[in-house]
Amino acid sequence: MTLNAWIPVFALMTSLIASLVIFALPEKGYRLRTWVNLGAALVKLSLVVVMVWGVFQGVEYGLSFTMVPGVTFVLKADALSMMFAGLSAVLWLLTTIYAVGYLEDSPNRSRFFGFFSLCVASTMGIALAGNLFTFFLFYEMLTLSTYPLVVHRGTEKALRAGRTYVIYTLTGGAVLLLAIAWLHGVAGDLPFREGGHFMDADPDIHRSLILIFILLVAGLGVKAAIFPLHGWLPQAMVAPAPVSALLHAVAVVKAGAFGIVRVVYDIYGVEASSALGVLEPLAWLAAFTILYGSFRALSQTDLKRRLAFSTVSQVSYIILGISLFGPVAAAGGLVHLLHQGIMKITLFFCAGNYAETLGIHRIDEMDGAGRRMPGTSVAFTIGAFGMIGAPPLAGFITKWTMGSGALAANMDWVIVVLLSSSLLNAAYFLPVMHRLWFREPAGSWPEERHWGRLETSAWLFWPPLLTAVMTVMVGVLASLPFSPLSWAELIALREYSP
Amino acid sequence: MTLWLMAGLLFTPLAWAVLTLLTDFSRGRLVTWGGILVQVLVSLGLWLTVARDGGFHYGLGGWQAPLGIELRVDGLAVTFVLLTAVVASACGLHAGVYIDPDKPWHRYFWPLFWFLWSGLNVVWLGGDLFNLYVGLELISLSAVGLVALGGKANALRASLRYLLAALLGSLVYLLGVALMYGQFGTLSIAGVVSWLGVHPVPAGSGLALALMVTGLALKTALFPLHRWLPPAHGIARSPVSALLSALVVKASFYMAARLWLELGEPLGNLAAAQLVGLLGSAAVVWGSWLACRQPQLKQVVAYSSVAQIGYLFLLFPLTYSVSESVSLQAQQGITLQVISHALAKAAMFLAAGNLILSAGSNRVDALTGVSRFLPFSLFSFGLAGVSLMSLPPTGGFAAKWLLLQASLGSGQWWWILVMLIGGLLSAAYVFRIYRASFLESAGPDRFYHPARSLEVIPMILALLALGLGLASDQVLSVMALPFEEGGSP
Repeated sequence: MTLNAWIPVFALMTSLIASLVIFALPEKGYRLRTWVNLGAALVKLSLVVVMVWGVFQGVEYGLSFTMVPGVTFVLKADALSMMFAGLSAVLWLLTTIYAVGYLEDSPNRSRFFGFFSLCVASTMGIALAGNLFTFFLFYEMLTLSTYPLVVHRGTEKALRAGRTYVIYTLTGGAVLLLAIAWLHGVAGDLPFREGGHFMDADPDIHRSLILIFILLVAGLGVKAAIFPLHGWLPQAMVAPAPVSALLHAVAVVKAGAFGIVRVVYDIYGVEASSALGVLEPLAWLAAFTILYGSFRALSQTDLKRRLAFSTVSQVSYIILGISLFGPVAAAGGLVHLLHQGIMKITLFFCAGNYAETLGIHRIDEMDGAGRRMPGTSVAFTIGAFGMIGAPPLAGFITKWTMGSGALAANMDWVIVVLLSSSLLNAAYFLPVMHRLWFREPAGSWPEERHWGRLETSAWLFWPPLLTAVMTVMVGVLASLPFSPLSWAELIALREYSP
Repeated sequence: MTLWLMAGLLFTPLAWAVLTLLTDFSRGRLVTWGGILVQVLVSLGLWLTVARDGGFHYGLGGWQAPLGIELRVDGLAVTFVLLTAVVASACGLHAGVYIDPDKPWHRYFWPLFWFLWSGLNVVWLGGDLFNLYVGLELISLSAVGLVALGGKANALRASLRYLLAALLGSLVYLLGVALMYGQFGTLSIAGVVSWLGVHPVPAGSGLALALMVTGLALKTALFPLHRWLPPAHGIARSPVSALLSALVVKASFYMAARLWLELGEPLGNLAAAQLVGLLGSAAVVWGSWLACRQPQLKQVVAYSSVAQIGYLFLLFPLTYSVSESVSLQAQQGITLQVISHALAKAAMFLAAGNLILSAGSNRVDALTGVSRFLPFSLFSFGLAGVSLMSLPPTGGFAAKWLLLQASLGSGQWWWILVMLIGGLLSAAYVFRIYRASFLESAGPDRFYHPARSLEVIPMILALLALGLGLASDQVLSVMALPFEEGGSP
């Protein structure tokens, strides 16, 4: 086998090995653990960069072997997987830096970072999986490796949230397994392929295909937090901030959304899905979730819970984008996979900074925090404006592309959804920003900590600023090659003209 | 070469049983280490021989059936021989450290251990119904003895109950054997099969098969005949529980499966096959449900065995009057389930033993804070749990996948529901343990930290269960090796 076959394996193994090393390190090995973490994150990032360049050039990366009789384990790098792998590699590095500062002096750090790396290894596996079976393997591994992170604090509340999380995700997993096994029985072992497999499917199996599609979306929809399967997400907010950041921006919700993209594009094929009549109901469901999440976000008083409902809403943009039949809308949905990740992680980093530095958890405690923590608040403001869709930030690119795609596909109602969702976004983010910048502080902060020369610990200070800068850059430079938008257009193009 | 391997395999355990009978616990441990080495090498050697040259029939001492002892050395049998070597040596090494050498009755541990091992090898390789019976009795009696080593009054009660169940099972089985002999005039399974090839099926031979399977099902603790298992497996010392759950119940199931696969098609019927599958499903649901409700850690694991054994009996409906490929899938799935459950359950019992040793209590809620101070054993327990939940990439998952495919392929979709519900219920009882151990308690480390060797052994077993999923194609390929058919009538 050539080196190219092994590069995806190496990318997967870096975090897996890092995880095992971290588990083996003693709890007190603080410095070494940090180096292992950061070293692995950097190695992985460079491997992903190599693969992105290779995939652009048309190089084939991948390996496969028979795992169980009749099914193969396939790792493969294609344009779509690079999108998710790139997101996870970049944000893993930043979140690791953030988590090192966040968890300073707290117990169980060895366990935390071990499972953290395992979680990223699963995300990488999800990105690189070359068929549904392999995808499912890592999808369930993700469930298991995030559980200890959700319950990390070990309080009754955290354990309750963990229980809800597990009930939702494992049930979703069981439904997904049923669907995958059934599909395997109907059509055999299907590799992910641009354009899908069911263009000229036998009409006899149409009914089974539709049922399987519903089961697949139901199984994946739990992690993607599609209404009414989103209940676990706001509860899981009790987890430490780096975990929420990663869960929301990269790992869990994106794994679900990414899976749905894979099913629609690379298993069914967008034309076949459209012909089966499953895309339009999916679009309606996504549109409803977008509005529902935003409405619920309005009434939340806890900052992280408001952000959680905002995630419910934002992830469905991706699903709406791919279920509108047309390459432009598709690019809009796909690019949101990255854009939402970058913006949401900024917001969660900031929420964590407020909580750790000033003890702020509720929105009504945020009055005047902009003066005490200007750096964090600038980052928060950029992230929030991005979510609302103010030009030229990342969210604007998404909404603009999707809107023009919807018009091109003659689905004008989508414009109404996009506009009302933006209004709602503004309605729940602008008051927060008003409190940050324009209100007087209430006197003393709930739990203030002084942490070196900056407004907060340097480990916590820089990651949100960096992601905020990225939020601006991906918007301003959207038309350059290798920007998220041009990469998404590349994928959409390959899907619509395979 | 083969002669030496076979002789080593069958006679060293007996020789070691006698040797260790003459010593006390500590010296017996030293002797046992040597025996474990021999057994592992011989089992591996035999497995490699069969993997290279294919399986064969072997007349012990040159005597062929019907007079001599006929052995059937095929890919499946040597795979189980090797599995036994792995699991039994892990349990033996663990027991050497875990069991307190000062209690005088513990010196009987090693002889019983070796008798058990020799019985297992006889069952995996046995070719005729009577030898299988002898092996099975050897297993049952030594297993009962091992349970009784728990020492306390309730251990004796549990072992007596176990003894009664085992004897009743044997009686029913023997009745079936007698009927069989009366009808076919042979005790060799291969002999019966070739007899049936020429003659029509005699009336009433279905009853013989039913009796044999019922007796074996009682020994395997199939629902509703499972009541003896949880007290016995729960009360025994942890390495003993591991041996019992991982290997002993598998021996009687293995015999039932062999009988069914050879004789089920001519002698069985559809209703009986479905009934056995239904009882297996009931075991899955009921066993998991009870496992969720046990206050004691080892009882949780023991009830989980009841549930996991239930899956094995899906073999009956999934191989009866279905296509060749579906039947193969089902057999492969069940084989993987046997292997992965053996590895995972042994790992889980050994890890549970460590946790109980550390926490000083068998209760689930005594685990508070374990995750912080004793992560290693908990991690082994957790990994084994992943295999029991049949989540990827473990052997349990590969098994479930094949069984799902077999159910789909034969249109028996109702087993799919059982498997999905069973998977979720097993997650419920495994996560219950995680939940208890992730709870943070105030205060310093109050746990006893067991020796590193005790902690490493379950981890190795759990990793093997995990790796089995990735390598299941290779493991199964040994079973598909050519087998030189030539069983004498």
